[in-house]
Amino acid sequence: MTVNTDAIGKTYEPTGYAVGREKIREYSVAVGETNPLHLDPQAARAGGFPDVVAPPMFAVVFSSRAITAPLFDPEVGIDFAHMIHGGQEFRWGPLVVAGDEINTRTTVQDVSERGGMGFYVFETVSENQRGETVCTGLWTNIVRTGQ
Amino acid sequence: MNPGDEFELKVTPDRYLTVRYAGASGDFNPIHIDEEFARQVGLPGRILHGLWTMAQVARAHTEALGGPDKLERLSVQFRGMGMLEQEIVVHGTVRDVDGDRAIVASEAKQGGKRIIRNGEAEIRVN
Repeated sequence: MTVNTDAIGKTYEPTGYAVGREKIREYSVAVGETNPLHLDPQAARAGGFPDVVAPPMFAVVFSSRAITAPLFDPEVGIDFAHMIHGGQEFRWGPLVVAGDEINTRTTVQDVSERGGMGFYVFETVSENQRGETVCTGLWTNIVRTGQ
Repeated sequence: MNPGDEFELKVTPDRYLTVRYAGASGDFNPIHIDEEFARQVGLPGRILHGLWTMAQVARAHTEALGGPDKLERLSVQFRGMGMLEQEIVVHGTVRDVDGDRAIVASEAKQGGKRIIRNGEAEIRVN
């Protein structure tokens, strides 16, 4: 296959996300979290936080719309039917709590080809309302073709 | 925390887990929630969301090593497919401790298959 590398460096409009208490609780239950910091506002306040704390992997929730843009961008040209999520990295800053407003910017960091497969690496940078970087994500998607 | 320290987390995703996680995460890809669709595209059945499985790896770290603020970085590779109603075992090993940072290696296995490999985390120590 031949991958189109023209989109490397392309960025997308930031997407906003308002972090809600019940969304954090819903997510926390779905991933099996039992730490009261994620579930109980009183416990979170006792721990020095203004409201319930998002588990680190909640980054998936506030980044999800931002990562959709390059996945469906014709200029990137991903063959969605043959795509698998190959790898993921997150680097975290200050904890996210209910009430935060998160903005996420996405960049096409790399497009390459190895062994007949296309590798698409997207970077998301998420900032809170104070301009602090709360999470940086590297999303590696692999497209297998010719099978 | 010392090099060689190990921890483990065991979890069995129930029959409706992927439906709850789809709602919680916003990822409604039908390969995770529609048995018929999954079989039509050649899968053995509905498969787990890779990022749910990664969340189990993350939780194994935060539960064993002192809470959500300790996890500074986690990277993983996804391999194979995670299935419903089969136990997953996450295993972590502290590789290195240098001042206020520890490096932890991890993987997640289901029925002897590694569904997450090359997990590497940076942990804030105290």
